[in-house]
Amino acid sequence: MMSITQAAIQVTSDGPGMHIPDGFVSAPVAAAGWVAMVGILAVAVRVTNRELNEKAVPLMGVMAAFIFAAQMMNFPVAGGTSGHMLGGALAAILLGPWAAMIVMTAVVGFKSVLFQDGGIAALGLNVLNMGMLTALVGYASYRTAEPLLRGNRTALLASVSVAAWISVEVAAVSTSLQLAVSGSSPLDVVLPAMVGVHALIGVGEGLITAAALGFIMTTRADLLPQRRPASSSTGRG
Amino acid sequence: MRRYRNVILTGLLIAGMVAISSAWLASGDPDGLERVAEEKDFLDRAEDPGYEILPDYTIPGVDGAISTALAGVIGVGVVAALALGAGYLLRAREGGRGTGGAGAGDAGKR
Repeated sequence: MMSITQAAIQVTSDGPGMHIPDGFVSAPVAAAGWVAMVGILAVAVRVTNRELNEKAVPLMGVMAAFIFAAQMMNFPVAGGTSGHMLGGALAAILLGPWAAMIVMTAVVGFKSVLFQDGGIAALGLNVLNMGMLTALVGYASYRTAEPLLRGNRTALLASVSVAAWISVEVAAVSTSLQLAVSGSSPLDVVLPAMVGVHALIGVGEGLITAAALGFIMTTRADLLPQRRPASSSTGRG
Repeated sequence: MRRYRNVILTGLLIAGMVAISSAWLASGDPDGLERVAEEKDFLDRAEDPGYEILPDYTIPGVDGAISTALAGVIGVGVVAALALGAGYLLRAREGGRGTGGAGAGDAGKR
């Protein structure tokens, strides 16, 4: 009885969670992260504000809640290591990259402030790596593949998981660069390690992303973005 | 907005269930970055935030997995409220220029 409680406590309070904590990155690198985050966020808000349609708002809220929760669900990968979903690719494929960046900033920022998951100084970098880069890269990879799929559902979901996998790897590379520039670890040490472990974590990201999109395709296909270039409803001088 | 009520409810329900079950199901092993920091010997560079609200997805004073489950539910609720609130505010500003009370500041935008 005692040991069960003990084990439960251990599982739930096992070290930092871990987005980049303060201290891993130097002050200039962290500051640059903040500047980049604020600048990109300003663009994202402008673009989203212009394009926001009726269904975007509830979807953004639901996405934020789901990604928040999914990031808590650490899944085991090899060798006593775990990983969790980032979610930027999923949000971007569903909402577009700019709205996704707002959602991801909200989630990652909220985790840092309320749950002490990720440092406050390092917040800009965490948002940049796990939210903005993943959204951008996930979306770009997916849109590159999309025209080749001819609406084939299986191929679409496969390309979605590949896009999600790539987004995780890019985030790992970006984090490695920041750690190296900060002097935490030399690039030739930290980069292969980060890219290696996140190659496995990215598989989880790909599976969850495809499963979530497959679920939405089956239950509420009308929520998916309609790719019709002739949406002339915004014509105004 | 009625058309999306079920979407919101279903989505929040799924998110809540994921957050709650993560308290029991989530792996407690160090994640990718933490493992790399451990192996490559820079984990001790991590600094404490210096304050705590819901540290490490737990509610202070509540023990065990239930603490994480509660923290997760709180998180899902607050993050959804923030995102939905911000979204509706932006929309109100856009759609109801001149009528809504939310957007006094953007008169010069167009």
